[in-house]
Amino acid sequence: MPRRRRKVRRGDLVLYAAASVLSLLFISPFIISIANSFKTDAQATSDPLSLIPSPVTFAAYEQILGSWFPQALTNSVIITIVVTLSRAFINALAGYALSRLDFPGRRIVFASIIGVLAVPGVVLLIPRFLVVHQLGIYNTYAGLIIPLLCDAAGIFIMKNYFDSIPVSIEEAARIDGAGVFRTFWSIVLPMALPVVVTVLILSFQGSWNELSHFIVAAQDPDLSPLTKAVASLTAGAGGKENRFPLKLAAAAMMTLPVAILFFIFQRRIVKSESGAIKE
Amino acid sequence: MRSIATAPRRRRRSREARGRALAGLLFVAPAVIILGVFLFLPILTAGWVSVSDWNGKGSPLQPGVEFVGTANYASFLTEEGLAQKDFGTSIRNNLYYVLVSVPLVTAIALALALMVNKSRRGNGVFRTAFYFPSVTSSVALTVIFLFLFNSTGVVNEILSLINVEGPTWMADPRGIFHLALEGLGIPKPAPGAGFEFWGVSWWDWLSGPSVAMTVFILMAALAASGTFMLIFLAGLQQISDEIEEAAIIDGTTRWQRFRYVTLPMLRPTLFTVLTLCMIGSWQVFDQIYTGSQGNPAKTTLTPAYLSYEWSFKSSDWGQGAAVSFILFAIILLFTLLQRWGLRERTSDRSGRLRAARTQKGDPSEDH
Repeated sequence: MPRRRRKVRRGDLVLYAAASVLSLLFISPFIISIANSFKTDAQATSDPLSLIPSPVTFAAYEQILGSWFPQALTNSVIITIVVTLSRAFINALAGYALSRLDFPGRRIVFASIIGVLAVPGVVLLIPRFLVVHQLGIYNTYAGLIIPLLCDAAGIFIMKNYFDSIPVSIEEAARIDGAGVFRTFWSIVLPMALPVVVTVLILSFQGSWNELSHFIVAAQDPDLSPLTKAVASLTAGAGGKENRFPLKLAAAAMMTLPVAILFFIFQRRIVKSESGAIKE
Repeated sequence: MRSIATAPRRRRRSREARGRALAGLLFVAPAVIILGVFLFLPILTAGWVSVSDWNGKGSPLQPGVEFVGTANYASFLTEEGLAQKDFGTSIRNNLYYVLVSVPLVTAIALALALMVNKSRRGNGVFRTAFYFPSVTSSVALTVIFLFLFNSTGVVNEILSLINVEGPTWMADPRGIFHLALEGLGIPKPAPGAGFEFWGVSWWDWLSGPSVAMTVFILMAALAASGTFMLIFLAGLQQISDEIEEAAIIDGTTRWQRFRYVTLPMLRPTLFTVLTLCMIGSWQVFDQIYTGSQGNPAKTTLTPAYLSYEWSFKSSDWGQGAAVSFILFAIILLFTLLQRWGLRERTSDRSGRLRAARTQKGDPSEDH
């Protein structure tokens, strides 16, 4: 399509400059933190602003990698993969059913999901501990994973999005005799790709970030995912010490896998958005 | 046509409806089972714990655990004492956190989304940068912010470049409204004077977020806006280019297009974002657990953290569960208020009237 209105160019330039400055602002805390993780304790305290550590030391990383980090990383990876994939699938199924399929109890289910969405996670700390304990999955991966397999917020987002897609295309498929799951899987889901990607990302982020559930679902330090392990560096006995390079190295290391996966994902986000659905 | 729609066809339709109903049940089953066992049942159990004298030993459902009515709620809602003061303080802290961070985060998220919505060169990079803090775990971010806002940290180092002596941030319990009043030369009233609610004096209710809490608010601005930007972007995709092009041809300005085309069409998305952001902001826990444990001087204590502290640290399980239900009630109330506020605007007439009214006050908001 030919571009009309070349005049908007100047406004674009202003937007571009603003976006550049903001991007730097959003990223700078990470760059500064990484730089400081290679400093000695003394230098990080006396000169936190410099981006080039001198001398460069890997002491913080060596210390972390030689102790608790590999196990915590393994735990986080297992939990995150299982939780992310199943959340996207289960949320999409439920969101579609709530949006399109007229089944008995639909209103009650949706109302309870809205209700559950409003329940503070901390309300669940005590009773989740009890349920996990009574099901005999305390101190196991199952106890860490199963309670997180779907989330009300994701269902809510999915349902809202399905509500906004016109039904006409599905109805055509229905008249052609496609089953409900088939219609859902090969027609509706591809149309909803932007929101599926959004939910995948939110789920990934949610399970990687999860802390409170891990605090109550297991005690065994070998089952600590990264969040719990790193939090213990500041919340526990180490909180009072100023050993910033060590803590920052831990923060950087726990962020690195996310960063890598995220940059792979980013292309998908852009792609799925350029192939947008139009009504 | 009607006359042809005979019995067999109707029967086929109802069979199909039944099939779809069955599919619906199957589709929601996994979600309902997981949410039921790990969310709904636990909530009922927590409800029982909040009205019982369970002391943390064994199961709360075993015989011997007594029903104590509203005693746990009364222990901090109506009985004066330390518990009430802690509760009142946590509500004040979190209220300021919500009032400042929800509008801030929503505005930033919307601005970012509008900035990178068009597929222009470089926008992928910007999107990545804006969203990156959101994928970072809040634990890692808290560690980073503790470092940045440490009294000899990066932020104060930067402030000293322009000859400003920064506060001690995470160790500073002073409320920012109090600081502003102090700056205007208004003195602090004598302690103990006047009205008190939930163990917190009226002067302390008006403190504003503490300097330490401000650090957490800034963290929310960095950490949450990327997520909500994505939701706004998904919403913006629903608005077709034709509408915007029509508006351009009509000779509208960028602001007019935003105010009268984009914003009204984004209203459902705006509702989603405001609701999710508000719900999240009332549940601040991870940052407090990792970063401050409610310090300094309890000015970063939140109801969520208080509930954890009372149950898991002081073994006042009933009291801890009761706080979390009060929090639940507050969140429901705010959600309903927000929903009601946004719905009223959708009625065409009053919406336009309100738009005209708010537009007058707008210049102060739009920077």
